[in-house]
Amino acid sequence: MMKRVFAACVALVLTGPAYAAGGDVSLTERDWSFNGPFGTFDKAAMQRGFQVYREVCAGCHSMKYIAFRNFADLGYNEAEIKAIAAQYEVEDGPNDDGEMFMRPGVAADRMPSPYPNDNAARAGNGGALPPDLSLIAKARANGPDYLYSLLIGYKDAPASLKVPEGMYYNDAYSGHLIAMPQPLYGDDVTYADGADASIEGLSADVTQFLMWAAEPKMEARKRIGVAVVFFLSIFVILSILAKRRVWADVH
Amino acid sequence: MSAEKFQNPVVRWIDHRLPVFSMLDHEKYDYPVPKNLNYMWNFGVLAGLSLAIMIITGIVLAMSYTAHVDYAFDAVERIMRDVNHGWMIRYIHMNAASFFFVVVYIHIFRGLYYGSYKAPRELLWILGVVIFLLMMATAFMGYVLPWGQMSFWGATVITNLFSAIPVVGDSIVTLLWGGFSVDNPTLNRFFSLHYLMPFVIAGVVVLHIIALHRFGSNNPIGIDASGPQDTISFHPYYTMKDMVGIAVFLLLLAMAVFFFPNAMGHPDNYIPANPLQTPAHIVPEWYFLPFYAILRAVPDKLGGVLLMFGAIAVLFVLPWLDRSPVRSARFRPLFRIFFWLLLIDAVVLGYLGGKPADGIYVVLSRIATAWYFLHFLVILPLLSVFETTKPLPKSISEPVLGASKGAA
Amino acid sequence: MAKSDTKKMTASKRPEDPGRRDFIVIATNAMAGLGAVAVAWPLIDQMNPAADTLALANIEVDVSKIAEGQSITVKWRGKPVFIRHRTEDEIARASATDMSDLRDPESDQARAEKPDYLVLVGVCTHLGCVPLGQKTGEVRGDYDGWFCPCHGSHYDTSGRIRKGPAPTNLEVPPYTFLSDSVIRIG
Repeated sequence: MMKRVFAACVALVLTGPAYAAGGDVSLTERDWSFNGPFGTFDKAAMQRGFQVYREVCAGCHSMKYIAFRNFADLGYNEAEIKAIAAQYEVEDGPNDDGEMFMRPGVAADRMPSPYPNDNAARAGNGGALPPDLSLIAKARANGPDYLYSLLIGYKDAPASLKVPEGMYYNDAYSGHLIAMPQPLYGDDVTYADGADASIEGLSADVTQFLMWAAEPKMEARKRIGVAVVFFLSIFVILSILAKRRVWADVH
Repeated sequence: MSAEKFQNPVVRWIDHRLPVFSMLDHEKYDYPVPKNLNYMWNFGVLAGLSLAIMIITGIVLAMSYTAHVDYAFDAVERIMRDVNHGWMIRYIHMNAASFFFVVVYIHIFRGLYYGSYKAPRELLWILGVVIFLLMMATAFMGYVLPWGQMSFWGATVITNLFSAIPVVGDSIVTLLWGGFSVDNPTLNRFFSLHYLMPFVIAGVVVLHIIALHRFGSNNPIGIDASGPQDTISFHPYYTMKDMVGIAVFLLLLAMAVFFFPNAMGHPDNYIPANPLQTPAHIVPEWYFLPFYAILRAVPDKLGGVLLMFGAIAVLFVLPWLDRSPVRSARFRPLFRIFFWLLLIDAVVLGYLGGKPADGIYVVLSRIATAWYFLHFLVILPLLSVFETTKPLPKSISEPVLGASKGAA
Repeated sequence: MAKSDTKKMTASKRPEDPGRRDFIVIATNAMAGLGAVAVAWPLIDQMNPAADTLALANIEVDVSKIAEGQSITVKWRGKPVFIRHRTEDEIARASATDMSDLRDPESDQARAEKPDYLVLVGVCTHLGCVPLGQKTGEVRGDYDGWFCPCHGSHYDTSGRIRKGPAPTNLEVPPYTFLSDSVIRIG
C-alpha cells in the first residue's frame, strides 16, 4: 500500500513540470540523435546547422555564450576554428589612444552580436526582441521538437483569424501569432556536402546545432552518467547482499 | 575502562584527552536501536546526506558564482560551459535540492504514520519542523541566484506575500528588497543568507539528533523497547541498512543528474531575468506547490498568506492535537485511513499548485485545503477520543520473533 | 516511558563486527570508499583554470612602437610582462658578463631570442613583488636592469639576479616572433 502510494506520488511529481507550453499547439516529435541515455550529437548536422545559423539566423539573433573555441565540439580543428573566427570582426579596446577598435576574431572570442544592445535589436525588428539563441533549446519546453516545429510551422492563417501587420501565423507558436517572419523556406543555404536542404533538413540541422549550443556538455554528461549508474547499480546489489550478511544473526 | 576499548596507543592517548573515539564508540555500539526498524527509517540519514551534498556542492559553486544582477546569469553559464566539471556540480546541486525535499517529505510522512511526534518526542518533532521551514527559506533563496526569469518572478511573488501584513506590510517588503523592487541588493542578501542558512540547518540537525538520542528511535510498532532483547547496536546493523538506502538514493540521484538534469526545473529559468516581462505560467519549484495551492485557494490576500503559513504552523502543535496514546498507525485502523487520505490530499494540492488558478482548479484547491486543516484540527482530536485501537503487542521482540510478519 | 530512556539502557550485546571477515561486506565498503574518492576529483578539479581562462592564456604584442632604450609592460596571465627594447650598450654589457659572476648562470643569448628585445615576467623571484626599472627615471639598481624595492634584489640588463635575496633570474616567458614586429607570449 505504502509503496504504491509513494510510486504514485513520484509519478505525479515527475509529470508535474509538464505544465509549460499552452495546450493549443502540437509539436512534431523527431527521433533526434541526441535523445536517450546513449544519444550523441551529429557533427555533420551541427556543422550544417551552424552554416544555417550563420547565413540566416545570425542577422537578428545573437549567440553570446558561444565562443569560437567551442566549435571544436562540432568537429573543426584548430586551424579551421581560427579561420572561422577571423571571418568575424570583434570590438576590442580601448587602445593606447583610448579608442575602441575592430579586429578579426580569435578562438577565445565570443560570437559577436548583430546588435549593440537589446534596444537596438528591438528598433531593428519592429519592436520585437529576437532572443539570444545560446540557450534557446533549454529555455523552451521540449526545446528541440519545439524549435523544429516552429521553423516548419509557418502556415496560411485560417480565414477566421486576422493576422495583424508585422505578425505571422505559426502552428507551433503559443497563440499562433509570432513576430518573426518565416526564416527558412528550403534551399536557403548551399550545403557543401550535398545534404538535404529542404525546409525540414535545414530546420533539423539548425536545431541540432542549437541543442548543442544550449547543452554543450551533453555527450560528456551521458558518457559519465552511464559509468556512474553502472557503478552505483553494482553498489546497490553489493550493499543489499552485505546487509543480509550482517543481519543474518538478527532474523 | 575506556582505555581497554582501543588497541591503538595513539587513539588511546587522544581519547584520554579528547574523548571523541569513546563518543563514536558509544554511538556505534552502546546506543540501543530498536531491532525492527524498516527502510522508512533510512530517510533521516538520507536527509543528512542530502544536506552534506548540498553544502559541499554549494561551497564549490560559490567559488565561481558572482552575486550581481549583471553577472549572475553569465556566471552560472560559465559554470555550465567553462569551469571544469562545473555542469556536473551544478546539476548535482539543482537535483539534490529536489531529492532533499523528496527525502524530507517521506521522513515527515513516516513520522506521521508511525506517530513519531508523540511523547516523549515532541521537541524532536518540532525541531524537525524548524528544519523544514529553514530548508524552504534556503531553497527559495537559492532558486533566485541563477537570476533567470523564474528566479526573478519567484522572488517577486514570494516576497510580496509579506505585503499582505496589515499596516507594516509594504515597509517589510521594501526592507526585504533593499529597494523598490527585487534588484541587486536583494540578490546580494539572498546569496549571503543562502550561504549561511545551511549551516544553521546543520546546527538544528545536531539538536534534532541530540533529542533523538535521548529516547532513541521510534519504531514501526510504536511501543518502547522493554529491554536488551528488543534492541541492537547501530553498527554494523543500521550502518549497513543505511548503506542500502544511500546506494539506492545515489543511484536515483545519478539518473536524474546525468539523464534528466532539467526535468524538475523550469525552462523559463534559462531566460535571463527581465523585470519588465512576467512569464506566461509562473510556478514555484515543485516542492512548494502544495503550499502555493493553499495560498491561491483563498480569495483574500491576507487570508491566503495566513492559511499557507498556518499549514506549517499546524505541524508545530500536532503532538497536542493527536492525543491518542497509541503511536503506530498499525494499531489505529481509522487513523490509518485518514493518513492515506491526507497523503493523497497533499499530492492533489501539489498537482493543483502547478495548474492555472481558475475554474475547476480553484474549487478543487479549496476542497483540498479544507480537508488538510480538517484532518489536523478536527479529525485527529476526535480520533484520539473515539477510535478503538487494536491491542498492542507486549514487546518489540514478540512480533519480530513470532509468526506475524515484521517490517515490510 | 522511562523504559526507552537511552541513558539507562544499552544495546543487547556488542556484536562481532562481521565486516572484518566477510568478503561482500569488505567489497561494499571498498566500493563506497572508491566512490567517495572519485567524487572528490571533480570538486577539486573545478578550482583549476576554466576553459575560458585557458583560452586567454596567450597574447600578441606589437613591439615595433617601443623606442630603443624604452620598455613596455603588458599583462599576461594576470602578471606583468616586461618588454625592453635594449640599447647596443645594454646588449653588450649583458653578453659580456662573466658566467662566474652569476648566481644563476645563464647566457644572454639563451634569454633573448632577438637581442634587441628582452621579454621577462616582471615578478621578482624572491617573493613575487614587481621590480622597478620600467619607467624612465625609476631606480634600476646597481646593474642598470631592474631593482625590487621589497627586499632589494638587483637584476642586470638581461634580467639576471646579481645582488640581493632573489634566488634565480627573472623568468623568461615562452614567446615566439610571429613577424619582425609582433610577438606571441604564451
